[in-house]
Amino acid sequence: MTMPFGYASPEQQVRDKSEYARKGIARGRSVVVITYADGILFVAENPSATLHKISEIYDRIAFAAVGKYNEFENLRTAGIRLMDSRGYMYDRRDVTSRALANAYAQTLGAIFTESVKPYEVEIVVAEVGRSSDDDQIYRLTFDGSIADERGFVAIGGASDQVTTSLKEHHRDGQPLADALRVAVQALTVSVPPGLPQNGERVLTEANLEVGMLDRSRARRQFKRITGNALAELLAQTATSS
Amino acid sequence: MADPMGGAGRLPAVFMTPGTSSFTDFLSQSAPHLLPGAQSGLPGPVTEVAHGTTIVAVTFPGGVIMAGDRRATQGHMIAQRDVEKVHHADDFSCVGYAGTAGVGAELIRLFQVELEHYEKIEGATLSLDAKANRLAAMVKGNLPMALQGLAVVPLFAGYDPDMDAGRIFSYDIAAAKSEERTYESIGSGSVFAKGSLKKRYRAQQTQADAVRIAVEALYDAADDDSATGGPDTIRRLYPIVAAVTSDGYRRYGDDEVEPVVTAIIADRSTSAGG
Repeated sequence: MTMPFGYASPEQQVRDKSEYARKGIARGRSVVVITYADGILFVAENPSATLHKISEIYDRIAFAAVGKYNEFENLRTAGIRLMDSRGYMYDRRDVTSRALANAYAQTLGAIFTESVKPYEVEIVVAEVGRSSDDDQIYRLTFDGSIADERGFVAIGGASDQVTTSLKEHHRDGQPLADALRVAVQALTVSVPPGLPQNGERVLTEANLEVGMLDRSRARRQFKRITGNALAELLAQTATSS
Repeated sequence: MADPMGGAGRLPAVFMTPGTSSFTDFLSQSAPHLLPGAQSGLPGPVTEVAHGTTIVAVTFPGGVIMAGDRRATQGHMIAQRDVEKVHHADDFSCVGYAGTAGVGAELIRLFQVELEHYEKIEGATLSLDAKANRLAAMVKGNLPMALQGLAVVPLFAGYDPDMDAGRIFSYDIAAAKSEERTYESIGSGSVFAKGSLKKRYRAQQTQADAVRIAVEALYDAADDDSATGGPDTIRRLYPIVAAVTSDGYRRYGDDEVEPVVTAIIADRSTSAGG
């Protein structure tokens, strides 16, 4: 049988798409999602104050992403629409991160298989529970793979290096300032491509985006920490270390 | 596609289409049957459904108070004694309704999601005028139902940071929006409540004064309108009172409303006309 010109086997196509997506994601800076005593903390290296990588989705659910902005923004909007629809149709208590993670997995999986170009994104969906035992963190990759993480997760460019640092320093039930210190320390370890390999990098409130799901808050538990509040919290982490 | 909200399966294209930040617009495409007013085309006028009655709103320098009685009526019957008709709309506004209880509750629920949805997608809150306009659009959507007897009108109030002031918006069933800078009332007892507020409103009153005259206006409404419920001291059911200031929305606890009610009743015991 003669093959049509330009034929690639399914194995080859999947390999090519995966490599393409991985390369795209590796160019971006990392995001860390880490639990602390009263909730879940999201820390992203992000010099933009308006193009967010971290977002509120619903009362107890938040979202973090790396990769191509227009693609994860599209998924973020879809997630808010899905969760608000479910909350309106059923009840606020019936909105779960598992349903959202499933919808993202199916969508990313379908896009990966059906489209020529896969989404170059990696996503975390996290839900804060009534106690730390009920906290849920899901990591989703460009091909729709989904993993249930405990304690912490890193996504983006140098996620392996970041994860190694997190594994070493993360403690269950740590206070907020400690969690932030561990996250910032891990992000500092990673060196984004294009920057000198041994240059000293200092992450400050100007190039960090920080948000949290705080289980002690009423109803909408997501909160951004910006400006002076973030500077103060970062100063606290410096003294406590 | 069996269930557009189902967890399984790829998200339908409508979810992934960029453009609107409005939940109502989105729902009109993804699940129009969930929108209020989607059941229009009922055979005839509908009667014998629960009605909510009187809501008042009063401004004071730096904020606004909204209060509502607790009664729902069904014809000559009291349908419910502890209904809540004043609700949190978002952190800087509140909304109440008068008219068909079922439609009013649904309208408010959709409005709450509408404001929160925009805030989450855009990362910014709507201006107070925009919120008032969104509510007008929802009231307008209910016009076919209103003509069949299921009328409802909301009263909207909030804190406007650009003006550092409380503002009140009221609507008729055709969604004509009008702004009041002093006080406003809607519902069956509104004529009496407005008469009461007209005599007691002072431009430079404190927040506590505003609470007092709002509760007193409801007392006057209940005095003359059978569909408005007065404070129920036996069951300890008091009007719902909410304040919106630069600090945000705050609902008064029963322990805070009780002394206001007690003071009014004590004053009225010596002079029934207030």
